[in-house]
Amino acid sequence: MNKKIVIACGAVFVAVAVLAGCAAMVEAPVAKEPTDAEIVSLLKASFKESPSAKLDRLDQSPLQQACTEASRLGKPLDEKVREKLQAAALANVKFPADGKYLGDWKKGEAIAQNGRGLQYSDKVGDVAGGNCYACHQIDKKEIAFGNIGPSLTGYGKLRGQSEPIVKYTWTRIWNSHSFNACANMPRFGDAGILTEAQIKDVMALLLDPASPVNN
Amino acid sequence: MKKHKLTAVLLAATALTALSVQPAMAQTQDDSIKQIERYREMIADGNPAELVEVRGEALWKQKRGPKNASLEACDLGLGPGKVAGVNAVLPRYFPDVDRVMDLENRIIHCEITLQGFTMAELTKRPHSLSASERQTDHEALTVYVVGQSRGAKVNLPQSHPKEREAFLRGEKMFFFKGGPYDFACATCHGVDGQRIRLQELPNFQKTENAQRAFTTWPAYRVSQGAVRTMQWRLLDCFRQQRMPEMKFLSEASIDLITYMGVKAKDGTMDAPAIKR
Repeated sequence: MNKKIVIACGAVFVAVAVLAGCAAMVEAPVAKEPTDAEIVSLLKASFKESPSAKLDRLDQSPLQQACTEASRLGKPLDEKVREKLQAAALANVKFPADGKYLGDWKKGEAIAQNGRGLQYSDKVGDVAGGNCYACHQIDKKEIAFGNIGPSLTGYGKLRGQSEPIVKYTWTRIWNSHSFNACANMPRFGDAGILTEAQIKDVMALLLDPASPVNN
Repeated sequence: MKKHKLTAVLLAATALTALSVQPAMAQTQDDSIKQIERYREMIADGNPAELVEVRGEALWKQKRGPKNASLEACDLGLGPGKVAGVNAVLPRYFPDVDRVMDLENRIIHCEITLQGFTMAELTKRPHSLSASERQTDHEALTVYVVGQSRGAKVNLPQSHPKEREAFLRGEKMFFFKGGPYDFACATCHGVDGQRIRLQELPNFQKTENAQRAFTTWPAYRVSQGAVRTMQWRLLDCFRQQRMPEMKFLSEASIDLITYMGVKAKDGTMDAPAIKR
């Protein structure tokens, strides 16, 4: 905010002239649009670090910055920007070195139920969950499911286990921004939320024919 | 919009799943949501927050601190000594400090200026930790003052440039995506009809949603067995966003509360409320 004092005209040496309109005017202060840099520094001043959550969490990646702007303005991303961000996400997906994509669906179900992890109050190195039920319907026996993401009930039954399906599903979990730059789903592999072994277990929950998701 | 071919196929498949499986599930879930609504109505009678309000009122009027003064002369925005309706016009600009303050900042400010307490002692532990612990003085004072605004129409002043700036910053912060989960406030609170598990999420772009949320904090949280303030509510939202810990009374908190309050214009204050 700026308080500006403006001298309205130059002829201040004649008293009459002053009265006639050469008075010093105090312009009403005007609200300023905050810049993105101001917002980041203000946020940094408003949060404190813990061993597991440093202030660098407030430094935005190019994708976070672009998606913030798109959502604030209610406009879709520029098509070229979107393609570039998605390609960068896709290029960084790590597939399992042993070529095995499916682990244990029972462990996968426990991971899908577990909402812990990466909070400032958590210890460094604590095992995180995927919290999948927060947003998705999965095993239909669990009725406390959210609806931010699509229902995954019957996921494998509908799609089978072909290589493209398996790789697509892995990629979605690893970094959902590979297909939709501003998707709400966290980058479970890319951001190191879940380990490779945990992702395999979640994969099994979705794709294993024996999983309750497909029965 | 160009899409991955596979994505399109899978999306179509998902839509089919939704058609075939959804009706029965939707029924079960509607029932659960209705049950939760009934539970909310049942607990609304006899809100334990009222006991905290009573303690807060006594604290407000009690002579305390090095200056042995009560808080009755505190100017919360409608003039010294005026408590009724203040939460419906806060946060607002205060000329004596030349900045915008929310209710909790202003109460602390009055405890320092009128009673002689220090910022350090007042902010050391503002929120009670567990259900078994007594509510903190800060929580009691806040709840008492908020209770005096029941029935008042939310109408935050926006004529001072600093009030407008707080809103504009709050708006940008609301959409700020960051952290390892790429979450913003808007991720959960910017779309209609979204739920996390069974918890419905208010969409702040919709006036009646914003009103319901803003007018019902602070609240007694049954799951925690404690009254929680608006400052706590923001801290806990950011915890779930996987952001670092929000500082009590921080500038960002004032800006975000201003944003929410402006969005909730004309809502009727009904706090402290009771929530799951």
